[in-house]
Amino acid sequence: MAIIPHEKTSCGGLTLHRIQTDKYKTTTVVVQFKARLTKETVTKRALLPYVLQSGTKNYSSSKAVRTELEKLYGATLGVDLAKKGDFHVMTFRMDFANEKFLSEDEPLFKKALSLLSEVIMNPKTDGSGFDSSIVDKEKRTMKQRIQSIYDDKMRYSNMRLTQEMFPNEAFGLHIYGEKEEVDGVTAQSLYDYYKKVCAEDEIDLYLVGDLEGVHAEEVVKELFPFQERSDRKSETTEKASLDVEEKEILETQEIKQGKLHMGFRSGVGYADDEYFALQVFNGMFGGFSHSKLFRNVREKESLAYYAASRYESHKGLIIVMSGIEFKNFKKTVDIIKEQLTAMREGDFNEEEMKQTKTMIRNQLLETVDDAKGMVELLYHGVVSQKLRTIEEWLDGVEAVTKEDILAVADKVKLDTVYFLKGEEA
Amino acid sequence: MKTIPFNQLQETLYHQTMDNGLDVYVLPKKGFNKTYATFTTKYGSVDNHFVPLNGSENVQVPDGIAHFLEHKMFEKEDRDVFQDFSKQGASSNAFTSFTRTAYLFSTTQNVMQNLETLVNFVQDPYFSDQSVEKEKGIIGQEIEMYNDNSDWRAYFGVIENMFHHHPVKIDIAGTIESIAKITKESLYTCYETFYHPSNMVLFVVGAVEPNEIMSFVEENQAAKSYKDQPPIERFFDSEPKTVAEKKKVLPMSVQVAKCLVGFKEPNPGRQGKDLLKHELSINLALDLMFGQSSENYEKLYNEGLIDQSFSYDFTEEENFGFSIVGSNTSSPDELANRLYEMIQSFRNESVDTDQLERIRKKKIGSFLRALNSPEFIANQFTRYRFNDMDLFEVVPMLESITAKDIEEAMKGHFAEDSFTVCQVVPKG
Repeated sequence: MAIIPHEKTSCGGLTLHRIQTDKYKTTTVVVQFKARLTKETVTKRALLPYVLQSGTKNYSSSKAVRTELEKLYGATLGVDLAKKGDFHVMTFRMDFANEKFLSEDEPLFKKALSLLSEVIMNPKTDGSGFDSSIVDKEKRTMKQRIQSIYDDKMRYSNMRLTQEMFPNEAFGLHIYGEKEEVDGVTAQSLYDYYKKVCAEDEIDLYLVGDLEGVHAEEVVKELFPFQERSDRKSETTEKASLDVEEKEILETQEIKQGKLHMGFRSGVGYADDEYFALQVFNGMFGGFSHSKLFRNVREKESLAYYAASRYESHKGLIIVMSGIEFKNFKKTVDIIKEQLTAMREGDFNEEEMKQTKTMIRNQLLETVDDAKGMVELLYHGVVSQKLRTIEEWLDGVEAVTKEDILAVADKVKLDTVYFLKGEEA
Repeated sequence: MKTIPFNQLQETLYHQTMDNGLDVYVLPKKGFNKTYATFTTKYGSVDNHFVPLNGSENVQVPDGIAHFLEHKMFEKEDRDVFQDFSKQGASSNAFTSFTRTAYLFSTTQNVMQNLETLVNFVQDPYFSDQSVEKEKGIIGQEIEMYNDNSDWRAYFGVIENMFHHHPVKIDIAGTIESIAKITKESLYTCYETFYHPSNMVLFVVGAVEPNEIMSFVEENQAAKSYKDQPPIERFFDSEPKTVAEKKKVLPMSVQVAKCLVGFKEPNPGRQGKDLLKHELSINLALDLMFGQSSENYEKLYNEGLIDQSFSYDFTEEENFGFSIVGSNTSSPDELANRLYEMIQSFRNESVDTDQLERIRKKKIGSFLRALNSPEFIANQFTRYRFNDMDLFEVVPMLESITAKDIEEAMKGHFAEDSFTVCQVVPKG
C-alpha cells in the first residue's frame, strides 16, 4: 500500500484530493487558494480569509459561526497564510470528530462541510461589498498582527533578512500584508478582490480521514461550485538569482540576545533533481543535532542555545539562525562560514551522510503521521508542478552521493548577514 | 501485564509495574509510522528543597538545576547521546516543567534499540566539572532567549505575581547568576534523589507490540541493581491564599502591549478524581466565559480590546494552581478591568445549561482530536498519572460534570484577592 493513499480528481473549478486512512479520530479538510504574491494584492489577500471567517449570510457574526462549530462536537476552523515560492497561499482548515468515536451517532461530514462552504462561498455582504463593520474590525486586528511581528525578535529578523535579500522583488513582501496599505482597503474593493479569487485562484481541497461510505466528490461539487478555470496557468516559481554580492546588515534594538540570521541562495528547488542532495546538504550543515552548526557553534564553542539551518523548498534558499551574545557576532559568523567551507571541501564521512539520510527519512515518515503534515507534503507537488510520491522522495534521498552533495555545496552562496543586536554592543 | 481497553475510543492500554517500581505503559497505534516514547521523572523546577537520598538534613539547591540536569544527561564521558539516537534514526529531546522532567525520542525505525538507548542513558549519569562549566554558556543563551520573549515574560510575570514563596514563581531555567552556582556534586545529589525507577514512568505509543516492550524493559531493569527507595521528602513553605503582587508592568522592545490576568488557586492540594473534576470544571467555566462563541469574547473583540492572540487556561498540580487569561491589546489597563468584571459577574450567575451542553460537546471533540497525537497521549498521560488521575477518564468526567459543579468550582477559584495583572508595554 502506498504510504499516502492519495486520489486526485478534478471537481469543477477545484482539484479534490482524497486521502483514505483510519488512523485518525477526526476528519481533516484543507482548502488551499493559490495566486501570485504581488505588492498590489498582498494586503487584501492577507485580510480576506479573516473577513470570511467572521460572518456568513446564514451565520452573521463570528460568534454565530463559532456556535455552529461547537455544536458539531467542537469542529475547528482556522485560516492561515503562507508564502510558497512566488505564491501567496490562503488556507482554510477544518477538523471534526469522526462520529464512530462518539457515544451518539451523529453524522458530521456533510454538516461540517456545509459550514465550511458557508464561510468560503456565502459571505455576509452589505449592498455590493462585504459587511463593512466586519471589514473594519478585521482591519484593526490586522494592523496589530503586522505590528506584532516586531515583538517576536526571531520572526522580525527573518522578515528583515528576506526584505534585505529581495529588496525589489515580490518575494521580499511579508505575507501579513503592508501596514500602510490597510486603511486603503474598503469593504467594496475587498469584495471585488474576493470575486477575482473565486474565479481565478488555483484551488485544492484535501480530505483526510476515514471516508468509507462518504460521497466526497458529490458533496464537494455541490458545496464548492467554483466555475471551471478558463486557463490552467502553468506558473512556477522563479528561483532566486545566484548573481549577488555578500552584504551585512546591522540593526539595533533594546534586547538581551543578538539574533544572527544568514541568508544563502542555492539555485535548487523542489522540482529539481538536485533537491534531494540539497536536503541532505542542509541536514549535514545545520538541519539536525549531528550537523556541523549544532556541533560547532553550540556544543564545541558554547556560543548559542540554537544554531540551525533550514531550506525554503521553492525559491531555493538556505537560512541559518542563531541566538548569541552581541560580542560574539564576528566569531560566530566566521565559524558558520567555516562550516560551509568544510561542506564544500567534502569534510564529512560516510557515517554522517548515512545518519543524515536516516533522519530525513524519519522526518518524512513522521510528517505523514499527521494529517496536516500529509497535506503540506502533497501541496509541494501542486506549487512546483512536480508530483512526487513519498516513496520516490525516500528513494531520491537514499540515492544521494557525496559528489551530489559537493555539487550543491558548491552552488550555495551567501547573500546577506543580518544581525539584530542590543544597544551596548 | 494488565490490559485496559477503551471501547468507545477504540484504544487499548497495557500496563506493568516492574519489580523496582518503574511503571511502564504501552499504547499501540494502528496505521502510524512513528513510535514516540517518554521516560519521565516526577521531578521539576519546584522540587528545590528536599532531603537527599541517604541524607539526614534537607537541602536547598540552586534555581534552574532540574533543567540543567536535563541538559547534562545527554553528555556522557565518551559521547553525546543525541548522536546515538540520530545514528539509529531517531530524534531525541527532553523538557523540564514545574513538576516533571521528560526524556523522549520519536522514530520510524529501530524502536527497540532506541528504547534501550533511552532507558540506559537516563539511568546512567556522567557529570564532570568541565562539562558543567561548558553548559553554562549554552543555557545562559537559552535564558537570554526567553528574556527577550515578551509572551514568556508576561506569562512568567503573572505567575511571579501570584506566589509569595512557592518555587513555581522561579523561572524553570533559573537565572545566569543561579546556574553559576551549579556543580557536578549538586547535580549528582538531585539525580540520586529523583531518578529512582519508582519515581518514574515510561510511556511508549505508536507502531509497537506491547509484549515485546514489556519483556525488554523487565529484563533491562532486572539487570540493574536498584535498592528500594523510601518516599522522597520535599518541602514547600506555607503559601498564603492571597497574591504576592497585584500588578506588574514590564516595558520591553515591543509595538503591541500585552495584558495577562491571573487567578491563583486558593485551595490547592487536590489529587485524583477531585483534581480531574476541578480542573475540567474550571476549564469548562473559562470556555463558557471566554470561548469564541461567548458574548464576552464578542464584546472584547468588537471593542478592539483583544485580537486572535487571546487565550485562557487553567492548570493545577499537587500544591499550586492558577488560571491565566489575556491577549495582545491596545489598552492593557482597560482589558484588565474588563476581564476582572466579566469573571466576577459570571461567577455570580448560574450556568446556562444549553450553552454548557454545547461546550461539553466541544471539549469531547477536542479530546478526540488530541488523541491523534502520540506526543499528547504520552505527555498528558504521564502528567495525569503523577497526579493520580487517568487521562482516559476525561470523557466520562466531562459527561458527568453539572452546572452546579461548575458554579461551585468557580466560587472557590475566582476569589477577589486571588487576582493579579501583568502587562508588557512598549518601551519609551
